[in-house]
Amino acid sequence: MNLTLKIWRQSNSESKGKMVEYPISDVSPDMSFLEMMDFLNGRLINKGEEPVAFDHDCREGICGMCSMFINGEAHGPDRLVTTCQLHMRKFKDGETITIEPFRANAFPVIKDLVVDRSSFDRIQQAGGFVSVNTSGNTQDANSIPIEKYDADRAFDAATCIGCGACVASCKNASAMLFVAAKVSQFSLLPQGKIEATDRVRNMVKQMDEEGFGNCTNTGACEVECPKGISLENIARMNREYISTLFKS
Amino acid sequence: MTLSSIARKVAMALSGLFLVFFLAQHFTINLTSVFSEEMFNSISHFMGTNPLVQFILQPVLIFGVVFHFVMGFILEIKNNKARTNNYESYKGSENANWMSRNMIFSGLAILSFLVLHFYDFWVPEMNYKYIEVLPDDPNRYYGELVHKFQSPYRVVFYSISFVFLALHLFHGFSSAFQSVGFNNKFMIGVKKFTIAFSFIIPLGFVFIAIFHHLNG
Repeated sequence: MNLTLKIWRQSNSESKGKMVEYPISDVSPDMSFLEMMDFLNGRLINKGEEPVAFDHDCREGICGMCSMFINGEAHGPDRLVTTCQLHMRKFKDGETITIEPFRANAFPVIKDLVVDRSSFDRIQQAGGFVSVNTSGNTQDANSIPIEKYDADRAFDAATCIGCGACVASCKNASAMLFVAAKVSQFSLLPQGKIEATDRVRNMVKQMDEEGFGNCTNTGACEVECPKGISLENIARMNREYISTLFKS
Repeated sequence: MTLSSIARKVAMALSGLFLVFFLAQHFTINLTSVFSEEMFNSISHFMGTNPLVQFILQPVLIFGVVFHFVMGFILEIKNNKARTNNYESYKGSENANWMSRNMIFSGLAILSFLVLHFYDFWVPEMNYKYIEVLPDDPNRYYGELVHKFQSPYRVVFYSISFVFLALHLFHGFSSAFQSVGFNNKFMIGVKKFTIAFSFIIPLGFVFIAIFHHLNG
């Protein structure tokens, strides 16, 4: 395959970036998107040019590190996959592919396609946990009966890998789907109900402080989420948040 | 506003649902004008003279309309601030429908319609009752309505406005349920009802305008 890549280049967080075109030939349709980027970088290094910086880690679709906005969509045109699972056979020979970083003011660009998603970490730290007594008297989690319906919903929410595709896709750069998944994964289980009020209150407060936009229910996040996190989670978080208004 | 993002969203949803309820009531009353001049005059006279409607429900309605618009603008400004560097390529239509992505534009179209609608009906009504204090006439409402729709330009403007209302309702109605936390097995029914409501009500208003234009 012969392609033209239009890639966002930005040398650091302070500098002004721009789109740069790179013609690339002999791309195999069996390459993953990241392998194609490695292929490009190899050629750039051989020519003495600066390689394109991009986030990656597991390359198995479970770590949530890869974060490219490809041809106008987070993680590219395929559904329910991360960029590392996207293959070049999804593109046409001769196509121009636009590659940009996830854009949101709460995800500032560090370099090229690498963005700082530590705002998600801070939201997690604000309440995305269950406090457990570790003095030796901890109850075995398996001894607490949980209905299958709730267990399945909690598991579905817990599959969120925190990649930020929801924020990148949302026209408002809203982080509601991510926060809702993290709130839901705990609030559906008895262990998480104890801190449910503080959790949703603190996580939403932190989300707002980070500068994410408001949710307007376009549903773009659900469509682009590589793990298929449902909008039902946002409704659940809204319910939980409304209920906190009636609690001290 | 120091409200949280969810509180703002819930406020938008509740004010929107209130306006949807008002719209259904307004449509029901207007529809009577097609079937019976007497019934329309009778209901309009009741709505125009009842103290509960005039001095409690009407101010609440005006507050609801103003609140919904102001909150809509605040949300739009805040959301634009969340991404100041836009994408070179952004395919919004791949993952969300036009209506959901352009509520501000359909809302602005409805706002411009409301300015004309207030000028057409509400301002003359306030003038009749409270400024010139003309004698009460329970049979004037039907004639005033028919008179307004004699202008083809007004009928066309009203009809275009109702297309935007349909687009606004298409996303807004079911979205309001999601915002207040209602998303379960009944949501499919809510979405079907939303589609029916967003077609029937605006189309009905257009029908009433054209009916009076042709029969006036």
